[in-house]
Amino acid sequence: MSEKADQIFVLLQHWLVSLLPAGWQQPGGVVLAVLVIICLFPALFALAVWMERKGLGRIQNRLGPNRVGPFGLLQPIADGIKSLTKEDIVPRSADAAVHFLAPVVLVVTVFMGFAVLPMGRNMVLADMDAGLLFYFAMGASTELAVFMAGWSSRNKYSLLGAMRAVAQMISYEVVLLLSSVAVVMMSGSLSLTRIVEAQNHYSWGLPHWYIFTPWGCAGFVMYAIAATAETNRSPFDLPEGESELVAGYHTEYSGFKFALFFLGEYLAMFSISGLGTTLFLGGWSAPFSWLGWVPSWIWFFAKLMLSIFVFIWMRGTLPRLRQDQLMNFAWKFVLPMCLLNLLVAGLWRFMGDGWPRWVVCSAILVLAYVGMGWGEMRRKHFGARSYRYAE
Amino acid sequence: MLGEGILKGLAETARNFAGSFVSAERLTTVQYPEQRIAPIEQTRDFPFLVYDGKDWEAGMRCVACQICEKECPPKCIYIVKSTDKKPDALGKMQIYPARFDIDISVCMSCQICVEVCPFEAIKMDTEFELSATDRFGGLLLDRRQLAKSNEYYHRIHPTEAAEVDARLAGEKAKSDAKAKAATAAAAAKAAAAPAKPAAAPSPAATDAAPAASTAPAETDVAPGGNAAGNPTLGPAEGESRA
Repeated sequence: MSEKADQIFVLLQHWLVSLLPAGWQQPGGVVLAVLVIICLFPALFALAVWMERKGLGRIQNRLGPNRVGPFGLLQPIADGIKSLTKEDIVPRSADAAVHFLAPVVLVVTVFMGFAVLPMGRNMVLADMDAGLLFYFAMGASTELAVFMAGWSSRNKYSLLGAMRAVAQMISYEVVLLLSSVAVVMMSGSLSLTRIVEAQNHYSWGLPHWYIFTPWGCAGFVMYAIAATAETNRSPFDLPEGESELVAGYHTEYSGFKFALFFLGEYLAMFSISGLGTTLFLGGWSAPFSWLGWVPSWIWFFAKLMLSIFVFIWMRGTLPRLRQDQLMNFAWKFVLPMCLLNLLVAGLWRFMGDGWPRWVVCSAILVLAYVGMGWGEMRRKHFGARSYRYAE
Repeated sequence: MLGEGILKGLAETARNFAGSFVSAERLTTVQYPEQRIAPIEQTRDFPFLVYDGKDWEAGMRCVACQICEKECPPKCIYIVKSTDKKPDALGKMQIYPARFDIDISVCMSCQICVEVCPFEAIKMDTEFELSATDRFGGLLLDRRQLAKSNEYYHRIHPTEAAEVDARLAGEKAKSDAKAKAATAAAAAKAAAAPAKPAAAPSPAATDAAPAASTAPAETDVAPGGNAAGNPTLGPAEGESRA
């Protein structure tokens, strides 16, 4: 029974495909899976927007949207209708073709990332051997879309936002990749399904997720930092920086094109959370062995929504970084820690089983963290702000 | 340690998040159209015209002296003086506003009109639900819409209205006393000079009261007198504004 519930979507797909004539079955199955992804994640996007607005409201002791439908649940629909009926303005001096293509490219590349994410047991659209590589290739091309938007708008705010976005995304792309490389080193595969399977076994009822190892924990923290920066979420939302750049690279977008950017941003959040779940949080595997009867896809989406909640929580807490702080943080702190983490992961691999590797690996990472933190903090001068005035 | 502040911040926001579900006093939101909170007494938004008694037209305190029209910084007041006169609250014959319009889309709620009014005729309202579908006609209030009773004024600004009433009662008492004194003086004069043949005692005594109240010597009518001195000023300004 639980086996059936676990595989319900796979069985459903097989049954629907079996209705098609023989020659159409394979392409039909692919189209069906693509359609499901294209419908499911925008629906999740609507839910996430509602969650975000409600959550931020509660964090600020407000109620959040509560007028449209019960608990404001229909708010995303109202917002969607609004953005559909708005005028689509293209600035006269903008490069119309590129201006039109930018949101499309963004959404398409973000959707491509979902192709390799295993969303449950046997639930992956394209089980590639180099799935992780494909994911990062697609993730990196969102930068292109962002720069297209900023450049084609012919607006200084858009361009500044796009420049910031590209600088930020390239810097953090390095961190994102290097923190995932540790996982690849340990599981010995670039295939995301294989990475999940490597984590999907239990001792004493507890899972062998990579986050429960010293290098995995450190890697996860750095992955989360890089993922936040990659998706332009607060506190790394400099490319949008509404208080300084109007809306950054999508300043000149209105109506549905703007909604597409918004959608792309949230989809990127989902896909990067999904990848983080797959790499460090055991993907679709249950957190305890006795919970194995719960369908695998429920675990995947529960972990996904949990990550989204953490994103919202961070947005409600942290102020925006300055550009130099952002760059210093990436290159002077996170990147060295990432490289150290790779060494630690190697050490972990070759020290064999037993407690010594736990002590040694944890000690190296904690000492490095505390030491680097201490060194950085020592040079900072905290206190009352001083101003210099022109004579 | 590095990252300590971030954890503290996250704990604080988590406390707010959870707290907003359990303690009602954290949520300060007022669900406006259904719930309302009474405005504080000093609330003000747009001016209105006070009238005494039941009839808004007869009881209107405004004498169309046009000080507020001249002082208004955004020039949102438009007054046309009447050609005839009617008795005011003190019983004196006064001109009254034939038109008194305030464009509340222009008004900036500065209360200067209230400060300068010598007749306590214009006061600030607390009514704020004034949205209209027509932004020209709908937001241009005429004297009928602006006229509100003294009871209403007492209801929205009780302390201020009581002070105003006390002041007006004092003025009324003073003017009554003066009128009485004038009558008495006229009567005494009439009584003291019965022998004078040219005097006509009975018409002098009856004319004394209105003569005293419309006397230009009285200080508070000075702006009215000024306006009466150049009667073309009001309409001329009105034309240039239109």
